[in-house]
Amino acid sequence: MLNLRLYMLQRVTALLMAPLVLGHLAVMIYAVQGGLSAGEILGRTQGSILWFAFYGTFAAAVAVHGAIGLRSIACEWVGLRGRALDAFMWLTGLSLFAMGARAVWAVTFA
Amino acid sequence: MTQETLKVTIDRGPDTAHVQTVFDVPAYTNQTVLDVVSWVQQNADPTLSYRYACRVGMCGSCAMMVNGVPRWTCRTHISKVLRGNAVTIAPLRNLPVIKDLAVDMDPFFDKWVAAEGVHHGALTRDDPIAPVDTSTAARAVADAGIECINCSVCYAACDTVTANDDYLGPAALQRAWTLLNDAKDDGRAAILDAVSDKGGCHNCHSIGSCTTYCPNDLDPMSAIAGLKRETAKSLFQRWR
Repeated sequence: MLNLRLYMLQRVTALLMAPLVLGHLAVMIYAVQGGLSAGEILGRTQGSILWFAFYGTFAAAVAVHGAIGLRSIACEWVGLRGRALDAFMWLTGLSLFAMGARAVWAVTFA
Repeated sequence: MTQETLKVTIDRGPDTAHVQTVFDVPAYTNQTVLDVVSWVQQNADPTLSYRYACRVGMCGSCAMMVNGVPRWTCRTHISKVLRGNAVTIAPLRNLPVIKDLAVDMDPFFDKWVAAEGVHHGALTRDDPIAPVDTSTAARAVADAGIECINCSVCYAACDTVTANDDYLGPAALQRAWTLLNDAKDDGRAAILDAVSDKGGCHNCHSIGSCTTYCPNDLDPMSAIAGLKRETAKSLFQRWR
């Protein structure tokens, strides 16, 4: 169900996400100290290559990491095997990426 | 004084699936689980099927589920597992039942071979015998796993095997790990490939039942972790 490639992809994306999660939480706590409106958030993120890269990487890593993790669960707890399992993983990953990418695009360059 | 009796429940199958038979077995002061099963077969029901050979914990034939836990029955004293005066004995988990307490070990040994748990020689009979340096770290790692008696207790204990029939299991992967660290084995590439495939070491969730229940106190979970490290390293080396 998990070969070396999927295993490594999941570990590498976990490594990527660890600092991104911490950064996300830190910025969130720092930014809302004095109250923050949606307009103010968008004012800082719109057109920012930095925030695009930060959350773009985050969304991509989540899609890969989550899809592989759910693949394991679907195999061991739901009994999916073979092509159905592959299809489930790809569909989950692409859906997660589409939702994440849409949100990132919306707050940066849309 | 009347002799105490044990209430022994034995799972029968597979033709009589999930049917249990209860036997009254005389209790003795020194009695293993295998002694109890043998008493039933010899005195109460000669149709009871089970498997054993050496009776001293060397051959790995007599493993069964005892009160839901996999154990080597020849080295398990009945007094250690009794609940009150009762015990339930069933065939090993995760393997097909042939009859009663005898399971088909083929999947277990097929996976042993699939994990490249076979000797990969580099020398011929004409070469001198290669010396083994017992002081190396790799030899210490190999030595830690070679006392496996193939009893399949770890395989029966493993929840990942239960959930994923492709998974090679702790015993096969531990053997792959010992061979990987054995100076006399030349199968490094074949082993790393075998344990990196879809049923390989990366499916292990490190639950640790293998290490908990191994009757020889071996540590397959750490062996599998070693394989994960080595396969990851080999991947980076390939990229360089």
